[in-house]
Amino acid sequence: MKRAFPILAALTGILLSYALYEALVAAPTEQTMGNVQRIFYYHVPSAWTAFLLFFINFIASVFYLIRRSPTADAIAVVTAEVGVVFCTVVLVTGPLWARPVWGIWWTWDIRLTSTLVLWLIYVAYLMLRRFSTSGQTPVLAAALAVFGALDVPLVYFSIWIFRTQHPQPVIGGGGSIDPRMLHVLLINWAAFLCLAALLCWSRFRLERLQRQVEDAQALESMLAPERSR
Amino acid sequence: MNFLYAAYTATWLIHITYAVTLVRRYQRLRKEIDELKDRQP
Amino acid sequence: MNSLAGITRATLAKDLRLEWRSKDAINSMLFFALLVVVVFSFSFDPNAEESRQIAGGLIWVAFLFAAVVALNQTWARELRNQVLDAYRVSPAPANSLFLAKALGNFIFVTVLEALMTPLFIIFYKLRALGPAWQLIPVALLGTWALVVNGTFFAAISLRTRSREIMLPLLLFPISLPAILGLVNATTFILTGEYSARFWIVLLATYDVIFTIACLLLFETVLHAE
Repeated sequence: MKRAFPILAALTGILLSYALYEALVAAPTEQTMGNVQRIFYYHVPSAWTAFLLFFINFIASVFYLIRRSPTADAIAVVTAEVGVVFCTVVLVTGPLWARPVWGIWWTWDIRLTSTLVLWLIYVAYLMLRRFSTSGQTPVLAAALAVFGALDVPLVYFSIWIFRTQHPQPVIGGGGSIDPRMLHVLLINWAAFLCLAALLCWSRFRLERLQRQVEDAQALESMLAPERSR
Repeated sequence: MNFLYAAYTATWLIHITYAVTLVRRYQRLRKEIDELKDRQP
Repeated sequence: MNSLAGITRATLAKDLRLEWRSKDAINSMLFFALLVVVVFSFSFDPNAEESRQIAGGLIWVAFLFAAVVALNQTWARELRNQVLDAYRVSPAPANSLFLAKALGNFIFVTVLEALMTPLFIIFYKLRALGPAWQLIPVALLGTWALVVNGTFFAAISLRTRSREIMLPLLLFPISLPAILGLVNATTFILTGEYSARFWIVLLATYDVIFTIACLLLFETVLHAE
């Protein structure tokens, strides 16, 4: 198990480099948008990865509420944090793509707006975890995660209604995709999934170590109160 | 064109910054563990 | 008297009585509501032609801020008198406490809205071009949407370091669909351009989903505090 981590790291590095090459060089240039369209290969996989991570967070939170397993709680924290990282990437690359193509930095299109709301919900989740002084923070956070998950389809639906009444450009475009581009997209997604796994694993190890330290400190202050700081 | 490089660079900056925070937190934890060990009889 | 409804009614009645007797919170919040309306009117020139277009958004943002101030007070009395432990060990269902608090907040915020609305109408010379009666279900559904989640998140925020800021931090992102619904429904009714029906349905759906979620999870949160 200990050797798997460096292997994953190496695999991730290789995949990411290969994916980068594919995205920048090998993929065909898009007709209307030109080379800027290549942002798509980073923007979309990051979004998919973020959504996957948030979904795992939801499952872990529900599991924690039912079973109170500390591992489930650790998974919830980890996926929330790494999910926010990937979500940030989506929110940064989106406007950087929109500006040269559509001339605007932001548009209240359904995907970008839903992603923003998701980012806000999970940043709020992380803030709750950080600022809560209750001994049962994981329970409260898990409840919040459930609310967030319930909210997501409502957000999507409400923005969809809004957009049908106030149409505006859709970032990311719809329609069919060239199979060569799909190929590059999937390679990049695989690479980012490996990166996500790597980050989550590292963060999980950190979390487990942190909890052990906290337990040790609690034990120490219990057994020898005059010695602990 | 610059936007393309900016987007890719931004992506990497974000990931690297997060990785660096993880490393720093790990180092801080290691220090705490050493302190705990020193305090053991 | 042990039924959910009975206990809820009793708790609600007690809260309303206490509020009415102290009148502290009521007076300061009434004044706050007035100030909010005035500040908004100064900031967004009410004489502009587009006032009917933006009034929907303005009014609900103003109500939202007033609601947050009211919501922050939800559990203050319980905390001050350390009553929450008593609730935790009592055989009364936790949901009766939650419903009583939520209904109390709902009544209170509705009163605030009822007082702020005439002022807005006067300052912005508002006149609904669409079916004005629809504003009532919009206001009721929307207020409940804000209040039910707000009461729940106020309980979650009880033991956090910056309690007063934590509540809006948690409430605003989750409430965005409701806010969108409120603002659009109100704007459509005022301008008469489109039908507000979709948004009213959305608000109703939001209310049902989150009321159920709050009722299912409140007991867990109460004991986790």
